[in-house]
Amino acid sequence: MLTSPVGKKWVMALTGLFLITFLMVHVGLNACIWADDGGIMFNAAAHFMGSMVVIRIIEIGLILGFVIHIIQGLVLEFQNRRKRGVAYKMSLGSRGSKWYSRSMGLLGTILLLFLILHWVHFWIPNRSHQGWLLGEELNLYQEMKVTFQQEWVVIVYVIGCISLAWHLLHGFQSAFRTIGVSNKRYLALLNAIGTGFSIIIPLAFAMMPVSFYLGWIK
Amino acid sequence: MEHNNINLILKVWKQKNAESRGSFETFEVNDISTEMSFLEMFDVLNERLIAEGKEPIAFDHDCREGICGMCSMYINGRPHGPWHGTTTCQLHMRAFKDGDTIVVEPWRAKAFPVIKDLIVDRTAFDRIIQAGGYISVNTGVTIDGNAIPVEKENADKAFAAAACIGCGACVAACKNSSALLFVSAKVAHLALLPQGAPERKERALNMVAQMDKEGFGACTNTGACEAVCPKEISIENIARLNKEYALAGFSSDK
Repeated sequence: MLTSPVGKKWVMALTGLFLITFLMVHVGLNACIWADDGGIMFNAAAHFMGSMVVIRIIEIGLILGFVIHIIQGLVLEFQNRRKRGVAYKMSLGSRGSKWYSRSMGLLGTILLLFLILHWVHFWIPNRSHQGWLLGEELNLYQEMKVTFQQEWVVIVYVIGCISLAWHLLHGFQSAFRTIGVSNKRYLALLNAIGTGFSIIIPLAFAMMPVSFYLGWIK
Repeated sequence: MEHNNINLILKVWKQKNAESRGSFETFEVNDISTEMSFLEMFDVLNERLIAEGKEPIAFDHDCREGICGMCSMYINGRPHGPWHGTTTCQLHMRAFKDGDTIVVEPWRAKAFPVIKDLIVDRTAFDRIIQAGGYISVNTGVTIDGNAIPVEKENADKAFAAAACIGCGACVAACKNSSALLFVSAKVAHLALLPQGAPERKERALNMVAQMDKEGFGACTNTGACEAVCPKEISIENIARLNKEYALAGFSSDK
């Protein structure tokens, strides 16, 4: 059932919605950098997340969510691309659909490239320094401050956030359609919430490297 | 109403048979009345080609009143041409201007192989219907029309879904060549009615499985299908199918 065309979309929708909830947690915690206290609050929050056993266990689910969403997404993209055969000479057939809804594979791939850099910057060194591997916990606030002094890093992060915004703009409401919401009024409501979410969350994320780079936070 | 005749250049896909490669051929058509339908314009061209001893362009058509769904032409980059909610036979030449170049291609999808010129093989849709797009009833005397009560809202929704003529424009327009709008219209139509209830689960599961087997893609909810559907079938039906499918999958005995 999960391997059928509809089942695969259910997998994409459910993992996508799960990752959306993660984004809320992530952006909320990271917003502590704006507390203007030299990172005390942020580091405390990061320490709490890193040392709490419940969060550690949930993180396994999060990793699975990422892996499934990425692999299934790429598989679907390649399978779907093979269904046409001969290409159209002239194609406006997708008029009536939004470009970003037709570019989820591309946007997702840009996001993946950004995520690899992001994991190398923070997640991997942070986890490997916590507890059992390399001993001493990192001062993440300091890490951010140093990392975001590099212009190219800030640019890549902003591009990543822009891709995230377009990806969410389609993904948020599409996920609800996939799990069976067919009521027009609820879809309109979800569309409005999704649009707000797709603007506010990526904007907040993008402002983090920008704030460090421009020296808005010390 | 304005009467005028126009001259056009057509770039039409010509393909001898399913095995041959095919290519575009250019035709000039002159003195075309703007009150002709797109298919009548092709008739005029074919009459001329026959008179010249050339092979006419093969295209599908049947009712010519917008309900058979045979006229599978991809006109200037859009299924059934530039007008919204029309089949090719209902597209009139007043949609074009004098001197326009019109590109005409068959549907492009691996599940719809070209048979000849603009004709594609759409028997994949028949096999999807055979997989579950029906209700089993005992034949006999005609059942009284109001014997089974149906809610007005559901009757309306079922009727709107039943308007699907199986033309394949949704597949032609979809970036994934997905047939989900077609499948969902058929599943939703019967799922909304009490007559469809006994075979409800198998229908959703089997029709989706057959769609996959025929080589159609999966749905990305882009909405391109809904935009080009000549019968304006709503993408809501896809959400309805997704729900039907999951409920059927979780509660099926198989």
